[in-house]
Amino acid sequence: MKRRVLPGLPLSLGITLVYAAIIIVLPLIALVFKAASLGPADYWRIISSDRAVASYVVTISCAFVATLFNLVFGLALAWVLVRYRFPGRRIVDALVDLPFALPTAVAGISLTTLFAVNGWFGGPLSALGIKVAYTPLGIMIAMAFTSLPFVVRTVQPVLEELDPTLEEAAQTLGGSDLSIFARVVLPLLTPALLAGVSLSFARSLGEFGAIIFIAGNQPFETEITALLAFIRLEEYDYPASAAIASVMLIAAFVMLAVTNLLQARALRYTVRN
Amino acid sequence: MAKHLSGRRPPRIGDAPKFRRALIGIVLFFVAVVVIAPLAVIASHAFSKGLPYFTAAIAEPDTRHAIMLTVLTALIAVPINTAFGIAAAWAITKHDFPGRRLLLIVIEIPFSISPIVAGVSYLFVYGLQGLFGPVLEAAELKIMFALPGIVLASMFVTAPFVARELIPLMQAQGRDLEEAATSLGASGWRTFFTVTLPNIKWALLYGVVLCNSRVMGEFGAVSVVSGNIRGQTNTLPLHIELLYHDYDAVGAFAAASILATLAVITLVVKVALERQGAGRRSRPASLAGNDSLSEVKP
Repeated sequence: MKRRVLPGLPLSLGITLVYAAIIIVLPLIALVFKAASLGPADYWRIISSDRAVASYVVTISCAFVATLFNLVFGLALAWVLVRYRFPGRRIVDALVDLPFALPTAVAGISLTTLFAVNGWFGGPLSALGIKVAYTPLGIMIAMAFTSLPFVVRTVQPVLEELDPTLEEAAQTLGGSDLSIFARVVLPLLTPALLAGVSLSFARSLGEFGAIIFIAGNQPFETEITALLAFIRLEEYDYPASAAIASVMLIAAFVMLAVTNLLQARALRYTVRN
Repeated sequence: MAKHLSGRRPPRIGDAPKFRRALIGIVLFFVAVVVIAPLAVIASHAFSKGLPYFTAAIAEPDTRHAIMLTVLTALIAVPINTAFGIAAAWAITKHDFPGRRLLLIVIEIPFSISPIVAGVSYLFVYGLQGLFGPVLEAAELKIMFALPGIVLASMFVTAPFVARELIPLMQAQGRDLEEAATSLGASGWRTFFTVTLPNIKWALLYGVVLCNSRVMGEFGAVSVVSGNIRGQTNTLPLHIELLYHDYDAVGAFAAASILATLAVITLVVKVALERQGAGRRSRPASLAGNDSLSEVKP
């Protein structure tokens, strides 16, 4: 039987393609075009300069630590929200999305104020000899804040649908809670955890607003790559800005590919179970 | 899911009271530090010199201008993005054409891209150094460092917001109802407004609310294309930065408290809409990921 074709394809597809072309694709092509106009030698000189490389190291290492924190804390938070009932659970569940709803500049000034040496947390911490604001630790905290919801929101639905009989079977076989968690539950959560982790890491690599307030922005020490691209722009060094931004664009596409791969795997896993 | 004959749920792993209490305690402690403290610090600093000082800070002309500019940007960018999201969802879920998956990926791209990269990219299209720079200058059209640039950059970062709420839902709903309506003689528009729209209204509203929240709060992309001219091209988030660097803490936090209030309202509306079945979280995980625009909302 021939399916009836619904109307509206030319109009809706036309709008979609024009909008996607003008708003999404054109600017990215312009960036690539600008970066490519540099020539390989100049391009390489800019993206491999000491200051640029230092910014990659700062960005990647801080994103790594922030993601690691979110892996552990996100899993614990998802577990508590799914498995336990306690007063205020729904409010906590809603608050998990605050980092996505709160503008990054607002997050930036409030985290900086909290963790500055005279702040609510910065004061006690500096008494212990730990400086947070204007150090890499501050960058990590800003990154962890802005990407907090990813792991929670990828793990939560999988945890909710976890078949309790699997745990029961392991319990009747005499497994301890810890070994059941490590050998039965964790492997089932791993695909979702990986997907959440890759989203969280990707977001941390590109984050700007929340970080620049707390980072101190010292070249070679607390300067993230996004800020370096911005600084080159303010110095009217457009080719350098294009080159550094293009490195971030490539990193974003790599992370996008990794995330899609992990999500596809996570999905296959969920459906099969 | 297995039902237990005894009717009482046997303890699952991690249910030991001591462990349970400890884990809840640790998690709540971190939630307080990471999520609640930033909100509290905004309120505390905004009102640190009393209510009159707070209202004076909000009423300051540059701050008022920044609020108006932010609202104006949202009034332009959000409806256009909504129309785009509906068109994209209709084309992708109600029709078959080659390249659908590629189109899905393209729509999703802005989520993966740093706002700074987005801003820099726009500069290379419409800026003086950009592709259209010379043409625009000759025509005396100012896009960068003006409202059009701010709107365009905002539309880039939020392009996927409405589409990603509608596509998985409309995919799951299928085409049967629309096919029945058109076979009974309804026009395409009538089919959309009387058959499709009632089924997607909560998800649509959900996408619009999140899109609006992001447009009003966008910082990185807008800070590249706006030029930060005080009282002219400063949106509210940019104005917060300016006040903060001027050591006007009360002014910065008073302005921030407006956006923080917006964020809290957004969360409340979001929860209310999730109760109506909107949002990916109300669908089971096994359904949530049936295409690339799925899983989580960045």
